[in-house]
Amino acid sequence: MPSFSGKLGGLKRKEEPVMTSANADDLVVIENLDFAHNYGAKEVFNGLNMKIPRGKITAVMGPSGIGKTTLLRLIGGQLKPQKGSIKFAGHNIPELSRSDLYEQRKRMSMLFQSGALFTDLSVFDNIAFPLREHSDLSEEIIETIVLLKLEAVGLRGARHLMPAELSGGMSRRAALARAIALDPELIMYDEPFAGQDPISMGVIVKLIKSLNSSLGITSVVVTHDVAEVLTIADQVFIVADQKVVASGSPEELKQSDDPLVQQFLEGEADGPVAFHYKAPSLAKEVLGKDINEGEGHAG
Amino acid sequence: MLDKVAALGKTVLDNIAGAGKAMVMLVRALIGKPQLRKSWPLLMQQMYSVGVLSLIIIIISGLFIGMVLGLQGYKILVDFGAEQSLGPMVALSLLRELGPVVTALLFAGRAGSALTAEIGLMKATEQLSSLEMMAVDPLRRVISPRFWAGFYSMPLLALIFSAVGIYGGYLVGVRWLGVDEGAFWSVMQSNVEWGQDILNGIIKSLVFAFVVTWIALHKGYHCVPTSVGISRATTSTVVTASLAVLGLDFVLTALMFG
Repeated sequence: MPSFSGKLGGLKRKEEPVMTSANADDLVVIENLDFAHNYGAKEVFNGLNMKIPRGKITAVMGPSGIGKTTLLRLIGGQLKPQKGSIKFAGHNIPELSRSDLYEQRKRMSMLFQSGALFTDLSVFDNIAFPLREHSDLSEEIIETIVLLKLEAVGLRGARHLMPAELSGGMSRRAALARAIALDPELIMYDEPFAGQDPISMGVIVKLIKSLNSSLGITSVVVTHDVAEVLTIADQVFIVADQKVVASGSPEELKQSDDPLVQQFLEGEADGPVAFHYKAPSLAKEVLGKDINEGEGHAG
Repeated sequence: MLDKVAALGKTVLDNIAGAGKAMVMLVRALIGKPQLRKSWPLLMQQMYSVGVLSLIIIIISGLFIGMVLGLQGYKILVDFGAEQSLGPMVALSLLRELGPVVTALLFAGRAGSALTAEIGLMKATEQLSSLEMMAVDPLRRVISPRFWAGFYSMPLLALIFSAVGIYGGYLVGVRWLGVDEGAFWSVMQSNVEWGQDILNGIIKSLVFAFVVTWIALHKGYHCVPTSVGISRATTSTVVTASLAVLGLDFVLTALMFG
């Protein structure tokens, strides 16, 4: 994980919690979140605040390994924070009992990076799975719903295929059909564009947008594909250094003079996020002496 | 020196934590309201996967082990003019020891490793996480049917192993080496007791089934979700389960026959 200490001198850090305006229409509200892996050994978030408005597309961006996927798992209750609250529709997720958590999970959904389709089930059965688990609908109605969901992602003709027979893009779309099977209020997309060809990427961008506009589903898109996500996001959070360091609409971020925001949006190799991993100076390691004490690489 | 003590302490703590996680996994997988309509098809599917698909290796191994027992037993007993005792020797060896133990070892290698690899791969490909996010408990949906399938299958496989082994001993002893057929079966019948021999063998098999399946599921469910992690977990399943079976066999034998 890159470290931001040392080269952040020029970056105007936001000491105040970064939040959007608070209102009752925020579906997810995260406040003062502290989370660390390995019993506190590896700190991921420290005082993170975030509000995700209902019915909008919110993008969460940041360098690889910064904890974006961890954030989605915290919202879904798969991980418990050490401190802070994560409220989903008013329910504090970390404090819910197992059965209450499962009730709330029926209202949310997650598109995993790998798609996570069940490899022993056909595409049809994968999408029918949550319906069979959580409803008493007849098979005829389930079939109709599944075909409608598959039609929405353009895979009605692929319903008999097994996951191993799908391309990466098709697999992601089938997983998306499964994610919307129960008509959730919230969908969390974990790196939906990773490893996709330009056509598949365009299809997924279109699907996220159309699901949001036609069904009113609140979407959280975790990604570092800046260009794609900025075309559809209503709000963007940039996470770095264990907290939200910038937020706003895509236009606001594009006009930001924050060096980290600009480095991230422009994809510059070096900047607040250093190109070199933390190490002693090259001269010291190669020649055994430091030629210029001031030029050691900072991480 | 201090580092070594610290490393030893860490290993002990890791093992205790691992045992705790395995226990929690099992309790959460098995305790809860039974849902027969959903769990019955899953159980049948797993019975086929871990039980029926293990039949070939169990039958072939049982046949060869029975034939070896028949041949070795005959060579030893004939020196004492006691070849009529070949039947009970083969039957008791199989029912009391070799049936449960070899079946458990074969089961650990064939079905246990497959269970670990399958669950490990489900974890690595986020299938378990996606179940969680769909409000479906993976312990009840994935672990529980596999556990019961292993628990029910192994004693049945051990009985089939013993039956085929006895037939192998019969083929070699009676058909090939000429032991009297009537003596072979009648002496076996009079020396093998239901409670002492057959029931104790079944009890052993149930204990081995519990332990081997539990180890296999725990290693898969808590593996590091990478290719190396799954490979290590699979190896660990076979090694740990085999050692556990051999160790427990001594304890159970001492309790039952000691």
